[in-house]
Amino acid sequence: MSGKPRLTYCNGRGRMEPVRWLLAAAGVEFEEIFLETREQYEKLIKDGVLMFQQVPLGEIDGMKMVQTRAILSYIAGKYNLYGKDLKERALIDMYVEGIIDLMQMILMFPFSPPEAKEKNLDSIKEKATNRYFPVFEKVLKQHGQDFLVGNKFSWADVQLIEAILAVEEKIPAVLSGFPQLQAFKIRMSNMPTIKKFLQPGSPRKPPPDERYVETVLKIFKK
Amino acid sequence: MSGKPKLHYFNGRGRMESIRWLLAAAGVEFEECFLETKDDLTKLQKDGSLLFQQVPMVEIDGMKMVQSRAIGNYIATKYNLYGNDLKERALIDMYVEAVIDLNELLMTHAFQPADKKAQHFATIMDKATNRYFPVYEKVLKDHGQDFLVGNRFSKADVQLLETLLMAEECKPDILAKFPFLQSFKARISNIPTIKKFLQPGSQRKPPLHEKDVPKLMKIFH
Repeated sequence: MSGKPRLTYCNGRGRMEPVRWLLAAAGVEFEEIFLETREQYEKLIKDGVLMFQQVPLGEIDGMKMVQTRAILSYIAGKYNLYGKDLKERALIDMYVEGIIDLMQMILMFPFSPPEAKEKNLDSIKEKATNRYFPVFEKVLKQHGQDFLVGNKFSWADVQLIEAILAVEEKIPAVLSGFPQLQAFKIRMSNMPTIKKFLQPGSPRKPPPDERYVETVLKIFKK
Repeated sequence: MSGKPKLHYFNGRGRMESIRWLLAAAGVEFEECFLETKDDLTKLQKDGSLLFQQVPMVEIDGMKMVQSRAIGNYIATKYNLYGNDLKERALIDMYVEAVIDLNELLMTHAFQPADKKAQHFATIMDKATNRYFPVYEKVLKDHGQDFLVGNRFSKADVQLLETLLMAEECKPDILAKFPFLQSFKARISNIPTIKKFLQPGSQRKPPLHEKDVPKLMKIFH
């Protein structure tokens, strides 16, 4: 056993991508197993490896962890990306949860029927520019620090840079009204571990395409 | 200011109920401010009280906290309901996240269109009895302890009891095949703070009635 965390999921972003981001940001090398067929998935269930018969699965420190938030919280706690006290944790949790709500829309987008896609895209744009980005723009403007919470790099920063890049892929000019977020994006992208993750050949996965959608439906649809 | 946490939500379970359970389990008294109309929500949004324009919102320790998981995590940690170390936290998180998934199904049942209700109900029953309950049954059976994690009362126990009771409201004999969950239910229900919360007159909210759905839709849509 290598000792490295081992992630099991489809070969695409989905619900695992935030975990890849966080491990990468923490400078932690990890291995991946990709689900390609339904049989592979059913075997995992039969072997009793998936507590609630679902992926993501993150094998880490002797645990077979499931549930994305549980995995992320563990990694954040272990690698000191969760603030220095309860109140900083509370802020990080609030920010992360808000961003996860936005990311949920992006996650579901490829699976929406063609006729709903334009409306869903508008919804993502609306929520990003009116509900979520203004909050973080204001936070950064008010304290003038490099990071969202406690003047220190945390899970909240990783989640936000991931979300900014994901939304920009769909709406390239989305940051045009947000100068603080533009500077934040550059700053985070230049952090050594994140810079490495953003380079070709890293474990970062490309945006979901038709083939990814097909694979997911094939493996998981009842 | 009374110093007690103050909860802002509509007068019903929804996404605030787990927080009421947790505060009650921890023996913490709290106040509630109920949204009755869309104007009530708009007012909160306009005065900048809601970080992402949404409720639940809980005023606690000088913060206006939003996002039910963030609030739940804060309360659990503050009142020592979150395990002894990172690994116990991880277990608690896994158990709670799954229960939240099941809760989501239970919670959205009242909002299903009439033609989808029966199917939705069947899904809930299937997931509860085949995916979720067997896990907790096995956990309790395997370690033989009173509580889910670390031989100590935690958020996981509170969340599971809440969900077991909600599931029973849907189907009274749903625990028939789960003897360990049945005794868990009896045991946790008898913890003094929880026993108090389960009595009439407490701040526990009743299940949503069909007739309340239109009013809710008016506030939030």
